[in-house]
Amino acid sequence: MELRSISELRGVSGQEHEVRTYLRRELEGHVSELQSDTLGNLFARKPAAARGPTVMFAAHMDEVGFLVTAVDKDGMVHFRTVGGIDAGVMPSKVVQIGPKAVPGVIGTKAVHLQSADDRTKPFDPKKLVIDIGAGSKEEALKLVQPGDQVTFATSFGAFGNGLHKGRALDDRIGCAVLVEVLKGSYQVPVVGVFTVQEEVGTRGAAVASYAVRPDIGVCLEGTVCADIPGTEEDAETTRIGSGPAISIMDAGTIHHPGLVHHLVAVARRHEIPYQYRRATRGGNDAARMSLAGSGAKACAVSVPCRYIHGPVAVASQSDFENAVKLLRAFLESIGRGELKV
Amino acid sequence: MKDLIRDFTQAYGPSGNEDQIREVIRRAVEPLCDRVSTDALGNLIAFRQGRGEPVLRRRVMLAAHMDEIGLIVTHIDEQGFLRFAEVGGLSAHVLMGQRVVFGNGTEGSIGNERVDEIKDLKLDKMFIDIGARSAAEAREHVEVGDMAVYQRGVSEMGTRVAAKAMDDRIGCVVIAETLRRLGESPHDIHAVFTVQEEVGLRGARTSAFAVDPHFGLAFDVTGVGDTPRARSILNMELGKGACIKAKDASLVVPPAVKNLLVKTAKDNAIPYQLEVLPAGGTDTAAIQLTRSGVPAGCISIPTRYIHSPVELLDLGDVEACVALAVKVLQGPIEV
Repeated sequence: MELRSISELRGVSGQEHEVRTYLRRELEGHVSELQSDTLGNLFARKPAAARGPTVMFAAHMDEVGFLVTAVDKDGMVHFRTVGGIDAGVMPSKVVQIGPKAVPGVIGTKAVHLQSADDRTKPFDPKKLVIDIGAGSKEEALKLVQPGDQVTFATSFGAFGNGLHKGRALDDRIGCAVLVEVLKGSYQVPVVGVFTVQEEVGTRGAAVASYAVRPDIGVCLEGTVCADIPGTEEDAETTRIGSGPAISIMDAGTIHHPGLVHHLVAVARRHEIPYQYRRATRGGNDAARMSLAGSGAKACAVSVPCRYIHGPVAVASQSDFENAVKLLRAFLESIGRGELKV
Repeated sequence: MKDLIRDFTQAYGPSGNEDQIREVIRRAVEPLCDRVSTDALGNLIAFRQGRGEPVLRRRVMLAAHMDEIGLIVTHIDEQGFLRFAEVGGLSAHVLMGQRVVFGNGTEGSIGNERVDEIKDLKLDKMFIDIGARSAAEAREHVEVGDMAVYQRGVSEMGTRVAAKAMDDRIGCVVIAETLRRLGESPHDIHAVFTVQEEVGLRGARTSAFAVDPHFGLAFDVTGVGDTPRARSILNMELGKGACIKAKDASLVVPPAVKNLLVKTAKDNAIPYQLEVLPAGGTDTAAIQLTRSGVPAGCISIPTRYIHSPVELLDLGDVEACVALAVKVLQGPIEV
């Protein structure tokens, strides 16, 4: 699956329909059942003839972004952040608003006009507005409405040696991994869930996990990668190009040691590069899978993405492909009854 | 009971890695109940069928967490030093100069980078030294994701005892002793030794969903205000009996439940004290919010120096907690 389309789709938390429609098309014919729920989660089911533990995958369709809250008398668009975005990356960015992808600019005072104080203080996101070129409230309301989603306008592209740059790789790259995994056939029942509202509190996964009640939950993510200048080796979390990252613990989950060891064993046996996610902060849909109902064993496999939650992230094609290989081999191994936990 | 305290506190079992402590507890409680099982997250559930008057029968969940706070390895450097993060509430200052031990018995000393002022000491400036000379040598013993716990023996001080992991192995001891001394009880008892309490009451949440109890009773340590110049204004003291929880940061105990515990203590002349704990939560909260809600309370063991390797308590208080639990479970539970 090519990553361009899925990266360029727009789906701020709560407005994931574009992504869902696209994924439905991609999955048609590869799974036996496709179904959405009340919140908008998309369930792709692949039952198996043989009995075995039900494996649920979760990859979230939503991305961090903004929401239009009001339009003022001068036609400027006011907004609030949806999910965690550093205020420092917002100013002077081109954005797209609403279903018609109306272009806008998050304006700031030119450097000439800034006081010494302005230059040292971080931007207050509540004071930033989006300029859509409208001269009045009436003119602006013809183009955008309160409640419209706002995303950075970033086009996807390849660069360097096998790297991609694009928007929303957290977690469209996880969605793409899941699509590729679902194209395979396995001896265990698999439910792939493309979740909503992860960035505002893993909400879609909460209800989806309760509906599926899996034995094993696998969260697929685009995760923090800080292999950049200024970061000590022990704080980089993941390194790009070093393979999919296997989580050990984060703020929401202690990943099941048996599953972690099995993922490592499978990677080694198939000579698939892997790394540990060497940090314990952050959280994802794994927490919801592990705590739904009477509980499940959960783990997480991520593609390292530099600069996530900003206008553009960077990920490696080989990490993406190796994540798919690892998860397919993992499912095949469970199908052969090799997982003992 | 001292043997149980020694066996339970000395076993290894940080959150999410409770296999070893689970086996220790399983051996202790298996003879005391009808059935023992383990669930997906690793909770140990000991079931004891009610006897006698069926009209009084309630499905009761007892809970004490078997996990302890610990450290998780996040990085192994070229020289073989291990960087780590905390599992549960761990203070850098308490950790200085400690020894820790991994599940496979590998021991380590805690070291730290130079800091100009001790208040600048944070966990990310500390490391574990397992005596390895290189990353390769370290990896023969430990891998990223492995967890360590305080290494510290038990000190007996007359009727008082100090050890690591009293939080909450002493709660596990109270449940085991309660099951041993219980005799006749009309109630179906699911005694759950929960996992991952220290990282967010996780095991209690999933096990309570499975048990679906009519009544929940948790056992955990609580803080005291009886040490020199204690900053807190806590009512609880060592040696004054079982603490009956009224409130902590995670829940308010329903008055009917609190009153049942108080009345039972009074009727049986069991020493007790009322507990309001401004910070900290317990499995009680997770049980209370299960499904459509469960009335739940907590009997706490007053303990000094919680989350340190020298948690200290009074055996008389432990006896009072057991006596109170036994009497509650022998009688009708109408809440």
